[in-house]
Amino acid sequence: MSIALLIEQLLNGLQLGVMLFLMAAGLTLIFGVMGLINLAHGSLYMVGAFACAAVAAATGSFWIGLVASLIAAAAAGAIMEVTVIRRLYERDHLDQVLATFALILIFSEGTRWLFGSFPLYLDIPPLLQGAVPLPGGGQYQLYRLAIIGVGIVVAIGLYFLISRTRLGMRIRAGEADREMIAALGVDIRTLYTVVFALGAALAGLAGALVGALQSVQVGMGEPALILAFVVIVIGGIGSIKGALFGAILVGVVDTMGRFLLPKALALMIPAAQAGPIGAALASMLIYVVMALILAFRPSGLFAAQS
Amino acid sequence: MTNASPTSRETIVNALLALLLLGLPLLAFAMGEPFYITLATRIAVLALAAVGLNIALGLGGLVSFGHAAFFGLGGYAAGILATHAFDGVPLFAGIPGTVSMPVIWLVTMVACGLVALPIGAISLRTAGVYFIMITLAFAQMIYYFAISWPAYGGEDGLSIYVRNEFPGVNTTQPLPFFLICYAVLMAALGLFWLLRGSRFGAALQAARQNATRLSAVGIAPFNIRLVAFIISAMVTGVAGALFADLNKFVSPSMMSWHMSGELIVLIILGGKGRLFGPVAGAMLYVLFEFALGGITERWQFFLGLILLGVVLFARGGLLGLLAGKARHG
Repeated sequence: MSIALLIEQLLNGLQLGVMLFLMAAGLTLIFGVMGLINLAHGSLYMVGAFACAAVAAATGSFWIGLVASLIAAAAAGAIMEVTVIRRLYERDHLDQVLATFALILIFSEGTRWLFGSFPLYLDIPPLLQGAVPLPGGGQYQLYRLAIIGVGIVVAIGLYFLISRTRLGMRIRAGEADREMIAALGVDIRTLYTVVFALGAALAGLAGALVGALQSVQVGMGEPALILAFVVIVIGGIGSIKGALFGAILVGVVDTMGRFLLPKALALMIPAAQAGPIGAALASMLIYVVMALILAFRPSGLFAAQS
Repeated sequence: MTNASPTSRETIVNALLALLLLGLPLLAFAMGEPFYITLATRIAVLALAAVGLNIALGLGGLVSFGHAAFFGLGGYAAGILATHAFDGVPLFAGIPGTVSMPVIWLVTMVACGLVALPIGAISLRTAGVYFIMITLAFAQMIYYFAISWPAYGGEDGLSIYVRNEFPGVNTTQPLPFFLICYAVLMAALGLFWLLRGSRFGAALQAARQNATRLSAVGIAPFNIRLVAFIISAMVTGVAGALFADLNKFVSPSMMSWHMSGELIVLIILGGKGRLFGPVAGAMLYVLFEFALGGITERWQFFLGLILLGVVLFARGGLLGLLAGKARHG
């Protein structure tokens, strides 16, 4: 096993982590501010990917598609919030789970209706094609590096948005005491719609970016959603810092587990068995990590709320 | 407990639902329409799975989003034991497989209990949204394990060549198999009824309504909830074994999070915490699936709309509509 391969896998883990952060940041923001558990967040991810693929195919430009994905996901999120989600804030989590589960069914079948059952494909833009050399030999896809870059920019941007701007101040106030900021004259309904649309746009961005690496198809949002849940549970629901930390942890542990576990097992048992057993164990690894963390810190590593 | 009018009305509705579920397949048998017997069997098995979940969710207020794991475990217990019996290969340490349903159910209950114990013990340290997500995550863990473990079919699943046997009953015929499923469902409903009326059930419901007060009278909510979670998992597991026998097939999709969601949907459609809520819910769900599925390929779209309508506007589900509000929340 060469150093270059190890670095490549680490970068892959980081790229997965960054993608999960884009998903988890929106989820955790929505939970922190509105107290809402949104299963349909994966549908917004799918909307972003489909919008990007469809617009990129029509215009020939990935970049216009990327902008379209942000707009489409934010719009879908805003419509979702105004028509359905708004009625759920006062309900218990069970109702929220069910209503957003229903939204998944509607979005998935609706998308299949519009685009058919065949996956769409999205090409990596020419600017980001190619690879960069890694230390120790080997090469790494430029596009994946760009995704990591986007994630870092979004993380910094969110930090400034939340800690330095008026909107961020309101979001933090909404987390702390929603009645009080409503009493102080902040239009809480609009604030909620804006936060929801912001989270939706981040999910759509993640979907569009990943769409160029995989095929764009119905149901692509669900695995990402469940991983994002693991991320925010590990990080502490409501905490953006927790989402960032949890996302990188899950991304790296999952990727390195799949890479290293079969190899490690091969040292102990025959290689023919080590492959499948290692793969089976690796697919469970992040859930084991989550269970361990929750067993010791039931409200996550960076619990934002009491 | 005095029989106030809504209670007796609910009893009548329950009896009607039980008779309806029994009568339809008998009628279908008389008319020589085995397809409808299979449909009724599907209702009975899904209702059984939801009765199991209703113990945790309805009585205990534990929103487990991972009960598909136990449903699938039951399915795999049936599939794996039957495969070993069929091939004549011992399971391990010389223990043979089996095609006897009662033995399979027993193994299922032990397996589900053993898996539910650690899952429950860790998950119940958390509450609310964390509990929902951690049960989901555990179920995903088992789901991915089933997908990537090649010995029993992995992603492709496992076929059961001949439906497993029950002493004295010809299970290969649709009607006798339906009657087995119906009998197990009634037994599970009896268990639910006994639990709800028992001291344990009172403590479990108190844990849902006010855990602090329950602790103050000297009962630890954690233990009560854990036992309820385990019983709940066992019942859902048996339903999974029957589901595998119904389809003569088990695959990881039985453990998918969609399945967990569907089980919750069944309960909410019927009425959360109500004795016959899961039965009413399963009837509605399978009928939707059948009726809408006949009209349009996109029936899940409309199922989503209907479900959304029920959650937003018709709280209490079908039983709430038919038999009035539950006596206490």
